[in-house]
Amino acid sequence: MTSKFRRAGSAVAIVAALGLALSACGGGSGSGSDGEGGGDTSSITFIPKNLGNPYFDASDAGGKKAAEEIGTEWKQVGPTESTPDSQVSFINTATQQRAGALVVSANDPTAIGDALEEARNAGTKVVTMDSDTEPQFRDVFVSQADAAGIAKSQVDLIAEQIGDKGEIAILSAAANATNQNEWIKLMEEELAANHPDIKLVDTVYGNDDDQTSFDKTAGLLQSHPNLKGIISPTTVGIAAAARYLSDSQYKGKVSLTGLGTPNQMREYVKDGTVKAFALWDPEQLGYLSAFAADALASGDIEGKEGDTFEAGELGEYTVGADGVIVLGEPTVFDESNIDDFDF
Amino acid sequence: MSALLSEKAPARTYAAHAKPWWQRTLMTRDAAIVALLVVVWTYASIAILNFSDPITVYFLVLDITPILLIALPMTLIIITGEIDLSVASVVGLSSVLFGVLHREGVPMVAAMVLALLACAVAGAFNGVLVTRYGLPSLAVTIGTMALFRGIAVGALGTTAITDWPDSWGDAVQARIGDTQIPLMTIPLVALIVVFAVILHFTPFGRGIFAAGLSKDAARFSGVNVDRTKLILFTLSGLVSGLAGIYFTLRYGSARGDNATGLELQVIAAVLLGGVSIFGGRGAIPGVIAGVVLIGTIGSALRLDGLSANLIQIITGVLLIAAVIAASVLGWTGRIVGTYRRQLSSDEPSSKNSKKSE
Repeated sequence: MTSKFRRAGSAVAIVAALGLALSACGGGSGSGSDGEGGGDTSSITFIPKNLGNPYFDASDAGGKKAAEEIGTEWKQVGPTESTPDSQVSFINTATQQRAGALVVSANDPTAIGDALEEARNAGTKVVTMDSDTEPQFRDVFVSQADAAGIAKSQVDLIAEQIGDKGEIAILSAAANATNQNEWIKLMEEELAANHPDIKLVDTVYGNDDDQTSFDKTAGLLQSHPNLKGIISPTTVGIAAAARYLSDSQYKGKVSLTGLGTPNQMREYVKDGTVKAFALWDPEQLGYLSAFAADALASGDIEGKEGDTFEAGELGEYTVGADGVIVLGEPTVFDESNIDDFDF
Repeated sequence: MSALLSEKAPARTYAAHAKPWWQRTLMTRDAAIVALLVVVWTYASIAILNFSDPITVYFLVLDITPILLIALPMTLIIITGEIDLSVASVVGLSSVLFGVLHREGVPMVAAMVLALLACAVAGAFNGVLVTRYGLPSLAVTIGTMALFRGIAVGALGTTAITDWPDSWGDAVQARIGDTQIPLMTIPLVALIVVFAVILHFTPFGRGIFAAGLSKDAARFSGVNVDRTKLILFTLSGLVSGLAGIYFTLRYGSARGDNATGLELQVIAAVLLGGVSIFGGRGAIPGVIAGVVLIGTIGSALRLDGLSANLIQIITGVLLIAAVIAASVLGWTGRIVGTYRRQLSSDEPSSKNSKKSE
């Protein structure tokens, strides 16, 4: 009995030891072969808020396309969760790699500031894209559109859909997301100034998580029975809200608009849940950011107001006040044009 | 009967000291994990571009500081056979309290002390539930993990407090002279020494091991097991609070969701460092190596351009491998031990029989 037990024991030990050795080898050789690839002095690194977000997949595609046109190395890394501290280690890594330029969409306006400063001290140029940091932490900010224009276009869309009267609510992303809060503030101002009969009754936060956004939409409709419209200025939020509305009694009765991607929203536009929504083209945003990053890294511009650079097929851009580069006006998508876009 | 006892007792008492000291030092899991760390570090320095740059050390130390801090009391708690899953939520709680107090105009140092006190109370709350009411720490701290996180996120709403004096943030990230070694290393090393002394060189520390090996035996030999555990849970709250202060100052942002999921990294590092999840076994040097190893692997893989998902997978596989290795080693060790004892107990008995003849 004991000898059988002992033999079984040593068999397990040998198998486990082999397993350990194999897994160690696997990890080691894999990283080794990749490691030889990177001489990085003129590279552009994209760090989105989080990976697996269709919006950033599109902007990354644009960045990659631009890098190919410029002829520079491009890579994308990032955290799985959109928390600020998780971005810091990826910024630090880019610093260690002496990346030529860094394109970051900030999860927090200050939390990644010191890491960005460290990167700039090491000679890496910093471009923020989509969501800005405090201006002193970056060279330029590539803005998707002028914030007032975004706020106004969404308010105009909802006003048109609900007949310029009634209760509306906002479904936002993280409560600390810089861009979201600025838009919400401007939307409130726009409502107060030009749409006195529309009342903003609630703002809820879905944290750019599909399930949370879905649940918050359900909650909004329950706690505000007279709700006529929802604005969701985030791609994850508007898709989750549309999914909830399309299967509920509120379909067609409660209007939904905001910022969404055509691929996510196509079925809801076709089934009548959503009439129209807006967005800039994130692929163009990534494309422009990569050109701005390259112009900085190669010394063509310094990021001062009035600097101009060529951005491939988008033409010439000028750096505005505070180092802000504006992509352009948002595009409105509805049943007539949604099939022309694929992102 | 008495013959049986006198045969077995020496084998148990002196087994650990039967080998020369260098064998006892080098042939341990601690030494194995340190060796693995050296291998990984050397390999990464050679194979991965930019890893050998001194700035790697700077970022690495800043990144692992909160994990290292919390791993110290966590090691002691796991050695007693308990666990504290609420540590990351206490980090969030500390960050929020510190932030709110700062916003309300409380001076920095006072805000810090108050936040730390509150976190010690939070830790003591865990301890009281575990010791006074005999509840399993796994269940208690899963509950308080949600409770503390809920309070943290609730207290600040979903906003962040980012208005911190630059000097404090700079102090936390300062370097020693012109080197790439963060100033934080000094208090960190001091704290490591304190915990190592407590665990390995004091009666209190021996009580921790005793409590983990056998609660009843520890109690009968005069260890106040409940008091020991209560102190450790309080200490865990306090040190997690300290990590929260660090988190807040380093990132200049007090948020309720700071350090979400950190408890898993801490526990992973502690187990990787050779501490038995069943209690009674473990040492501070191994844990330090475990924390540094996890940080080093993450740093190397990121430099290599691997995605966050892949880094998590590799860390997870490594942890499972370490735990399996520990169990298998323990098992074979026991079998070998039984075998040796059988051999050695055969020999003296034959000598005895000769003498008696």
